[in-house]
Amino acid sequence: MLDRFRFVPIRLLQSIPVVIGVTIVVFFMVHLLPGNPALTILGQTATPERVAALNTQLGLDKPLWTQYFIFVGRLFHGDLGTSLTYQRPVFDLVAQAVPITLSLLAYALVLSLAISVPLAALAATAPGRVRDGLVRVFTLLGQGMPQFWVGIMLILLLSVKLGAFPVGGYGQTPAEHPYYLFLPALTLAIAMSPTTIRSLRASTINVLGADYVGTARSKGAAGVSLFRGHVLRNAAIPTVSIIGVNLGYLVGGSLVIEKVFAIPGLGSLMINAIFARDFPTIQAVALFVALFVIAVGILTDVVYTLIDPRVDLSSKERA
Amino acid sequence: MSAGTTTQATGQGTAPAPAGRASHAPVQPGVPLLSVQDLTVGVRPSRDRTVSIVEGVSFDVEPGQRMGIVGESGSGKSLTLRAIAGLLPKPVEVLSGRVEYNGVDLLAMPAKKRRTLMGPEIAMIFQEPMTALNPVVRVGDQIAEGPRRHLGLSAKEAGELAVQMMARTGIPDPARRARAYPHELSGGLRQRIMIAMAVSCGPRLLLCDEPTTALDVTVQLQVLRLLEKLCDETGTSLVFVTHDLAVVNQTCSELAVMYAGHIVESGRVKDTFRQPRHPYTRGLLESAPDFDRPDRLLIPIPGFPPNVSDRPEGCPFAPRCGYVRPHCTEAMPPLAEVLPGRLAACFESDRLDDEVLA
Amino acid sequence: MTTAAVATATRAMRRPARSRSLKAWYRNGTLVAGMVIVGLLVLAAVFAPLITHYDPIKQDLQNALLSPSADHWLGTDKYGRDVYTRLVYGARVDLRIGFLAVLIPFVVGSVAGALAGYFGGWGDTIVMRIVDVFFAFPFYVLVIVLVFVFGSGEKSIYLAIAAVSWVAYAKIMRGELLVAKKQDYVVAARLGGMSHGRILVRHIAPNVMSQALIYAMSDIVLDILAIVTLGYLGLGIAPPTAEWGSMILDGQEFITTFWLQATIPGLAVVVTSLGLSLLGDGLSDLLSPERRK
Repeated sequence: MLDRFRFVPIRLLQSIPVVIGVTIVVFFMVHLLPGNPALTILGQTATPERVAALNTQLGLDKPLWTQYFIFVGRLFHGDLGTSLTYQRPVFDLVAQAVPITLSLLAYALVLSLAISVPLAALAATAPGRVRDGLVRVFTLLGQGMPQFWVGIMLILLLSVKLGAFPVGGYGQTPAEHPYYLFLPALTLAIAMSPTTIRSLRASTINVLGADYVGTARSKGAAGVSLFRGHVLRNAAIPTVSIIGVNLGYLVGGSLVIEKVFAIPGLGSLMINAIFARDFPTIQAVALFVALFVIAVGILTDVVYTLIDPRVDLSSKERA
Repeated sequence: MSAGTTTQATGQGTAPAPAGRASHAPVQPGVPLLSVQDLTVGVRPSRDRTVSIVEGVSFDVEPGQRMGIVGESGSGKSLTLRAIAGLLPKPVEVLSGRVEYNGVDLLAMPAKKRRTLMGPEIAMIFQEPMTALNPVVRVGDQIAEGPRRHLGLSAKEAGELAVQMMARTGIPDPARRARAYPHELSGGLRQRIMIAMAVSCGPRLLLCDEPTTALDVTVQLQVLRLLEKLCDETGTSLVFVTHDLAVVNQTCSELAVMYAGHIVESGRVKDTFRQPRHPYTRGLLESAPDFDRPDRLLIPIPGFPPNVSDRPEGCPFAPRCGYVRPHCTEAMPPLAEVLPGRLAACFESDRLDDEVLA
Repeated sequence: MTTAAVATATRAMRRPARSRSLKAWYRNGTLVAGMVIVGLLVLAAVFAPLITHYDPIKQDLQNALLSPSADHWLGTDKYGRDVYTRLVYGARVDLRIGFLAVLIPFVVGSVAGALAGYFGGWGDTIVMRIVDVFFAFPFYVLVIVLVFVFGSGEKSIYLAIAAVSWVAYAKIMRGELLVAKKQDYVVAARLGGMSHGRILVRHIAPNVMSQALIYAMSDIVLDILAIVTLGYLGLGIAPPTAEWGSMILDGQEFITTFWLQATIPGLAVVVTSLGLSLLGDGLSDLLSPERRK
């Protein structure tokens, strides 16, 4: 059983070049700024002294590769630099924001499954019928709506008109968080559901035609127990990797959604940093998010291996 | 896993565990266990048009009897079986007829009530054990599913019963194998799992859809012996669909031969094989290899069975028949008693009378 | 032996027959619906000055925040500009950038992926590692950072989107090429002495382009959503240019009183995306019916 998870350390090793690439991209973000980065960061009105000071602070007066190795060397010590806005270690800022964003994502994932699974089941059990068509309309609309606009519309309908949910914020106590995060999580869930539904619908139609579903029926299984016991897990197999990829996309979306709902997570941190030209913070958020996506990729394969006993990713080379 | 060690002893014990604790409905005296009457199965392309694939099929199965349904692929034998089990693939449906189990019409029964019969009364074994078993569920759990649902057993009890059933079907080391996934087992073991699953609730009627076709010849024989043994022990009736005459000869007492959606001949297996009264049955026997007489000349039936959509007028076998007469293409010959206990749907049946196959 | 090989090659070099019933495109309801929606939007954008006589930019503070009326069908914004007019002119900006933004990544990504897949080796390894690195960044994270780095404006949007989205095309095309290069007609063309360049252009490209094209249709939707999102964040097209995203941003202020202001531009985005999605679905039915489930 554990044998099938031998791929995890291998995948971790394989992701080292990708992680190195990520650090290079994050590092060179600063150097893509035209002209003197320090000047661009501080703006044209900055005094030469301040520019020089920032140059030194960012190590911009050294050769490029030296700067990169210094950057990586610091990363190893968990030193992501100092925020130019807050004059605090960026690491602390990120560490504060990460749990908020991660709980928002987890919440969104749960809500998205709560939307996708029943809708996909409704569509797949009557392909070509009216309810399949309605689900298709939902997926087309869901894909086409700008996420932040969905958020605004939910605020308009559920907060402003009905007063059922707060307009924004994160809540003061842990008990308030799920209530405050409901609308943003729902927004993200709506954005994530269409692809999940499409994939799940297709695989469910496949599974419903499988022989083992006939076997289950011959044992007297039907309805929800048939779906839960024999259809869902098999249909979920191809959908897991789709959700994995989507989760990465969702991280990007959550940055914008946090802005809409004024949630003090990574997104607000990054957007504010952008407007404040707080480059170390932007770099840190980008780096964290990329590492998160890489981790989600490996986690996806773990889940995949867990639900499909036939899969052995260790035995074959990664294509 | 601790349950496994205790049940393993039971499994290897000599006395087979009692299968099925379901309380069966009392047997109706004088009523066949299964009675298929004028069953027509097909599709409805539009509201007022139907295309039948199986037409007017009737047969009875008495308690303890073993019925083999033989035919080429496309003859409708599998659909007949699936219609009995209520497992017709969409958009195929029963167009008319009755399927009576123990005197009650299954087709008129509410779906929910009918499902309660599937497992404890009627069970089914499929052709491809690889695809008929759920790939992501441990085989022990798949066997236990029926007993949990129908016999009201707890998960633990059902798991123990599953291991017992596996032992009864001759699976070595059943407690360990119960935790295996289908892909970890060989084809023969998988089919034994299917059988264990089917008999786990002690059904009185077992429907088998070519259960040995996907297996090696040697494994086939073992599986057939096992089926026979289990049926003998519990008095279970069998409806056995296959294209393999040798399998029917080994396993069944009664025979129905299907061609192009119709039963063309039926009777006792031994008699029918010795003296077929329908040209198609005769053709089948002459074209099948016989291991006892490897030197015998195989005579293939010329031509191909007709498509569902353009079956000829009259007898569907007429275009391929060596005994054909002009009137054969005018009307469908009715299934009539040609010998005591033997039915054949052929106007020229008498001409096969004296040709006894050795 | 060589003669036989050449004979096989010549025979096999005839391109595989593609059973694409292009003639029946009009029977494809999805495609037609998509074409109608997108066509109407493009017409509205092109002929914007003809279907509205207001100026999308000039402020008229006397008439700020009017409710919908016969004069102002969708009312006016906080600067007194006609919302309907800004919506139509916004289509010009968002559609143009959306369509144009696809071109560079489509070409760059397809070529990189095709070459990587066809030739394999270390070039393939390098391209795919770069693709992996880019895939590690969520779309919006890189786009937002890059637009900031390049400075706001239309050119930055093109550059940022190109830098991020070429990887998807590269991945798709590489996969297609890995399959295509093993096809008999390609192997035969090689045996027949045809050059790599000719094989890629003459034999492989026509057969593998369809997947990249189908993806491009959904990519336009992604790009338009990105442009609108950048506009909403204040990083996109600078005001006062009419652009749907910044219109939503402006409208959000008045969500409790003039909720139409934020709702209408969003609906325009939804209709646009819907049209493009239908067009993409229809196109994929048409170009590769065998891949549809």
